[in-house]
Amino acid sequence: MGQETMTGAELVLRALVDQGVEVIFGYPGGAVLPLYDELFKQNRLRHILVRHEQAAVHAAEGYARSTGKVGVVLVTSGPGATNAVTGLLDALCDSVPVVCLTGQVPTHLIGNDAFQEADTTGITRPCTKHNYLVKDVNQVAHVVHEAFYVARTGRPGPVVVDLPKDILVSKGIYVGPAKVKHKSYRPQVKGDLGAIGEAVALMAAAKQPIFYVGGGVVNSGPAASQLLSQLVHMTGFPCTQTLMGLGGFPGSDPLSLGMLGMHGTYEANMAMHGCDLMICVGARFDDRVTGRINAFSPNSTKIHIDIDPSSVNKNVAVDLAIIGDVAHVLEDMIKVWKARQLHVNDKDLAAWWVKIKQWQGKDCLHYVQNGKLIKPQYAIERLYQLTKDRDTYITTEVGQHQMWAAQFYKFETPGRWLTSGGLGTMGYGLPAAMGVQIAHPDSLVIDIAGEASIQMNIQEMATLAQYHLPVKVFILNNQYMGMVRQWQELLHGARYSESHSVSLPDFVKLADAFGAVGLKADKVDELDDVIAQMIASDRSVIVDCRVDPAENCFPMIPSGAAHNEMLLGPKDETGGVVSEDGMVLV
Amino acid sequence: MVSQPQEILRHTVAILVDNEAGVLARVIGLFSGRGYNIESLTVAEVDTREQLSRITIVTSGTLMVIEQIKAQLRRLVPVHKVSDLTIEGPSVSRELALVKVAGTGERRVESLRIADIFRARAVDSTNDSFVFEIVGATDKLDAFIHLMEPLGLVDVSRTGVVAIARGPNPI
Repeated sequence: MGQETMTGAELVLRALVDQGVEVIFGYPGGAVLPLYDELFKQNRLRHILVRHEQAAVHAAEGYARSTGKVGVVLVTSGPGATNAVTGLLDALCDSVPVVCLTGQVPTHLIGNDAFQEADTTGITRPCTKHNYLVKDVNQVAHVVHEAFYVARTGRPGPVVVDLPKDILVSKGIYVGPAKVKHKSYRPQVKGDLGAIGEAVALMAAAKQPIFYVGGGVVNSGPAASQLLSQLVHMTGFPCTQTLMGLGGFPGSDPLSLGMLGMHGTYEANMAMHGCDLMICVGARFDDRVTGRINAFSPNSTKIHIDIDPSSVNKNVAVDLAIIGDVAHVLEDMIKVWKARQLHVNDKDLAAWWVKIKQWQGKDCLHYVQNGKLIKPQYAIERLYQLTKDRDTYITTEVGQHQMWAAQFYKFETPGRWLTSGGLGTMGYGLPAAMGVQIAHPDSLVIDIAGEASIQMNIQEMATLAQYHLPVKVFILNNQYMGMVRQWQELLHGARYSESHSVSLPDFVKLADAFGAVGLKADKVDELDDVIAQMIASDRSVIVDCRVDPAENCFPMIPSGAAHNEMLLGPKDETGGVVSEDGMVLV
Repeated sequence: MVSQPQEILRHTVAILVDNEAGVLARVIGLFSGRGYNIESLTVAEVDTREQLSRITIVTSGTLMVIEQIKAQLRRLVPVHKVSDLTIEGPSVSRELALVKVAGTGERRVESLRIADIFRARAVDSTNDSFVFEIVGATDKLDAFIHLMEPLGLVDVSRTGVVAIARGPNPI
């Protein structure tokens, strides 16, 4: 078999094509000119020109999370790479498979403080699952294939491949994806059957059980969600989801308790606190979920299913760990449950549901929509009602609007809800929506935003215009960095230090300037009509939805408090709820 | 739920890694980034054909933290094997130090006498100084260095701990 030689740039593109890549999000620059030259000469890879490298990574995340494929980013050296860092860490925190190709100065200049040089592998080492600096053109294809393998297998994550310019222009040999096997990296996929047997036995004996499911269910693929649904219905146990797990279990299912954690539902948090068996499926006991760790679910036996062994016993000690891919483990759990003909504890379970129904009776998401001023919760509820029967994807920025969206928008299937959970990156939603729309051109893609967050990557409106992407930006404009304002009100004596959104642009005119449609809703009776216009438009739209600036996001577990110490509403805002220890928490 | 013991324990961890650029930075960055202790660290290539290096780290923490350290290390892509020599059966650990002692007269004689007791070797000598080479467990080296202090200790260089499991099996 004759070995083909080609330039490093050709090798990269060939490897991308062989990996099944269709779309690249990127921004050109000096160090990657050879790659852009090759892109120019071909038609198989589509390049989407973003307006800022951070947005390229978020767009790739949106593409990846809505398709299950690896998102691909191409940026230049130095500032191109450093601008991408926030996106990379975002993808790492939320386990999103991304391969980011970065240009680098030629090898002989590395370490010379050359123009647009950055120690990209050094900077991105703690922000990626793995990274590579390619110093031999014959390694290019191998490294690119390995990068895809590492990014998509195990707990997915971002991988950086740093490509010096001289490597891109010199000639080397191509190898195909089939020939690449990693020497040491072997993620465990199948769960231990002994542990699975123990788990189902615990489930059959449980009196007050709960499923606590996270992003691992979504990341594992659609089969995992179906299996989870099957197992939950077989047992009749309640199921709560983390922010990342929304859609992993149908949100409108009667067995769903909604989201748990800091702004989760009262019933979910009380059930977590009072359960005797917790079955954690692909979640990681994050501090937003647990509240005060030494008061977290004090009387439960805890089962933890996770593909990443380092997630086990990190924050909370568990009694039984099952390492493996969620779909495989759930499948085996169902098999064992059926084979052993196990049954749940009907009487105890019924009593447990009576308790849960009492907690649900608190109606913790209650709010009052009176007067003409739009309540943000009402805006999300209307948006949900008017879009839920469509083929809809929702992205968000970060803050109050994100939590309201998580509380009031219900997701029935995985991959429809895209939000920055771990890193909490303001500016995530618009570029992520862009990536979703590229992958699903005929779907309705809405970025639920705040007026502050949206300004962090507003330049991507130009990308929407260039590619005719009809993304809808639905801004809950309360003229504050709302979550900052809420914490200042509750924790810092209502001293609103720098949280007021001063000198806001006219979002309608701004939309117009970017070639989009600008709409505004000031009063309650305008809302439905504006949402309808937004949906009907075949162009990108910015909706400036003016909402009550004083509204706070409830319920809330204040920092340093436990699950059973929730604030349910404004009347609960008593002093002294937050301890000194809690004050230092984020 | 069984409560985790909060006692801080010292563990010696051996890590087999691909000898590639940046691998040590990955390991060290993991420790500094996550706030773990490194009491000593040694690294060298041990298999030139497979290009594998062995890193030995002495670290301390609660049992939960030690388990977390090992899980985090195993998650690094170029890591082949992580072995906790402190708990996975018996092991041998050694450290080497070069200890410079300057002095004349009775102090000089005394330093030589103690070196003899500790089986330290003089690897350099001038009219008013010695460099001793001493090999042994960390606490033996500590004791030797402590005894040299009043006798004119001027400089110490230590390798950090290397360790290996007893018995016929590899890591």
